[in-house]
Amino acid sequence: MPRINMPKSSPGLDMTPMVDLAFLLVTFFMLTASVRVNEPVIVDTPGSHSDKLLPDNVMLISIDVAGKPFFNITNPDVRIKTLERMGAQYRIDFSDAEKKRFAGMTSFGVPMSQLKEYIMMDDVARAKVKSPGIPIDTTGIHNELGDWIQFGRIVELTREKAEQTKAKDLGRTGYKNEPLRYAIKADGKAKYLSVKQVIDVFKKFDIYRFNLITNLEAD
Amino acid sequence: MADVNTGDGGGHGKHDKKRAKKASTRIDMTPMVDLAFLLLTFFVLTSTFSKPKTMEINYPADPKDKKDLQKVNNALTFIMTKDDNLYYYEGEFYPKNNKDKKPLTELIKTDYSKDGLRKLLLDRNKPTRDKVLELTEKVKNHEIADTTFKRMAVAEKGKKEALTVLIKSDDKATYKNMIDIVDELNITMVGKYAVVDMMQSELDLVNAANDANPAK
Repeated sequence: MPRINMPKSSPGLDMTPMVDLAFLLVTFFMLTASVRVNEPVIVDTPGSHSDKLLPDNVMLISIDVAGKPFFNITNPDVRIKTLERMGAQYRIDFSDAEKKRFAGMTSFGVPMSQLKEYIMMDDVARAKVKSPGIPIDTTGIHNELGDWIQFGRIVELTREKAEQTKAKDLGRTGYKNEPLRYAIKADGKAKYLSVKQVIDVFKKFDIYRFNLITNLEAD
Repeated sequence: MADVNTGDGGGHGKHDKKRAKKASTRIDMTPMVDLAFLLLTFFVLTSTFSKPKTMEINYPADPKDKKDLQKVNNALTFIMTKDDNLYYYEGEFYPKNNKDKKPLTELIKTDYSKDGLRKLLLDRNKPTRDKVLELTEKVKNHEIADTTFKRMAVAEKGKKEALTVLIKSDDKATYKNMIDIVDELNITMVGKYAVVDMMQSELDLVNAANDANPAK
């Protein structure tokens, strides 16, 4: 009598496609995503229908619900040089270690007098600190936010010029520098007046064009 | 776990004694899968996906001569105030007892909804919007180039008779109010708009209007 030979089936699964898929996803996420950094302030931006992307090279002023301004520049070299110039202006010496730490930080909202202390805090302690915001003194000589903006811009322009000469020396004619843009990221519930205050500081330096950061709103 | 070696089970024929024990060439993939998914989870959780979106806006330089501001042909002035209230008036502002003997400007109440602000702007900016849409149609039909379209659209929006919108705010309006207006202006293709400071006479009028409609 002929017997049917049942195929011996293994109870195991072939995992290879699953590994393929998992690594494909890992690669995708590694390449597309940028690392999320811990901001010292939570800003809930209002929604709009604009779908323009934020440029890479920006000077960013965040404004929280209470209207306190925070300052940030993306380029680390520019950050360090700006800090040096601010230090010279306010007679505060920053050590190399402090400068290095500062370059790796994100936005900050402390006056110059507390900045040194703020830089040397470890990340956990820094997250707990309530930042008072960068002081805007529209009448006095020491308008700190104004100084940050001004020095940041000067340092950035120097860098751009240096890059351009370098490109020229190397004979690269097609070199195009991405100009620094000024972005304002304000909380939707913040008073418009506090945003206007920051804009007025920019206006003093003849900067009139801004990128207002919003959430994309579907409707 | 994933692969149980079943290669040498059963079937003891007479040649079996001479054959070497069959070793599996497979590797257990499970730890690798674990690792891959662990990494995947890590990247999903620590990364921000989209870059933030932005809205570009140009502020006017502070005018050297205050008188220049007033001369606008086809203007709407919006005044933002507390509790998300929004008022507007058309054309020039006439304070009480003005020189031209015009009646005091009346503020009209509107809101940030689709039926309020957007309807009003669509209505008032219809000629410009129609022309820009016409141009968009031409681009779709490949009649004009993309760059030509951009240039022509800007020119159309900047025409002298196009609608001009001024946005003013008192000290109680929120930033969201301002973004909402600018967003609606972009949607309704109003090219000429500016966020400017308010005059004292306007502020008085807004305060009076606010007092007349007390907050809920």
